[in-house]
Amino acid sequence: MMQVRVRYFAVFREVTGVETEVVDTGASSARELFSQMADRHADLHFEAAALVAVNDVMADWETALSEGDEVLFFPPVAGG
Amino acid sequence: MNFRVISGKIDLRALRDAVGDFENGACVIFEGLVRNHNEGREVLRLEYEVYEPLAVSEGEAILGEAERRFGPLKAACVHRDGLLELGEAAVVVAVSSAHRDESFRACRYIIDEVKHRLPIWKKEHYADGEANWVNCQRCAAHAAG
Repeated sequence: MMQVRVRYFAVFREVTGVETEVVDTGASSARELFSQMADRHADLHFEAAALVAVNDVMADWETALSEGDEVLFFPPVAGG
Repeated sequence: MNFRVISGKIDLRALRDAVGDFENGACVIFEGLVRNHNEGREVLRLEYEVYEPLAVSEGEAILGEAERRFGPLKAACVHRDGLLELGEAAVVVAVSSAHRDESFRACRYIIDEVKHRLPIWKKEHYADGEANWVNCQRCAAHAAG
């Protein structure tokens, strides 16, 4: 088990009602962590175009996590 | 810093001057404006949310990619954060190069990548009082208000 900080943005923050939370997890990847958080927050659903960043660097959903990481969950972006 | 996120109105002239260069005979400026409709619904205003640290670093990376692909050129981009009214510019891209082709191509590349990669979200506020996050397939039921 390790401890990571999770941050939610835009609609993810609205549906969880949480901006940031510290969680204990055994997740082997960002994808698995998202899945665990979706179990915790009933209205949080994975979106095919969702993006993830770890420690302020864009990552991919298979990225392995480490103790103390800050994981940012981005819903589908819509700039411009 | 050639990529910036601001909450006030974008100064078009300043952006054009930022890419000005006597070596460059072409300047292309793209403005993305707040439109009064989307997918059949009347839109009153837009609300942007930007995660600035990563938006800026990714934005700078995109400008660098454009220069490597189409340069030599000068490029700058500004994106708004917060609440925008109809007709306001949400994003402006300015590119200058010796000849026009490189500027047009680089400008197109930059705006396309900005829309796809930057951690920026927009919520449309509609005439009927509802509001939705754009591009979010399963969000409609949750985004009212």
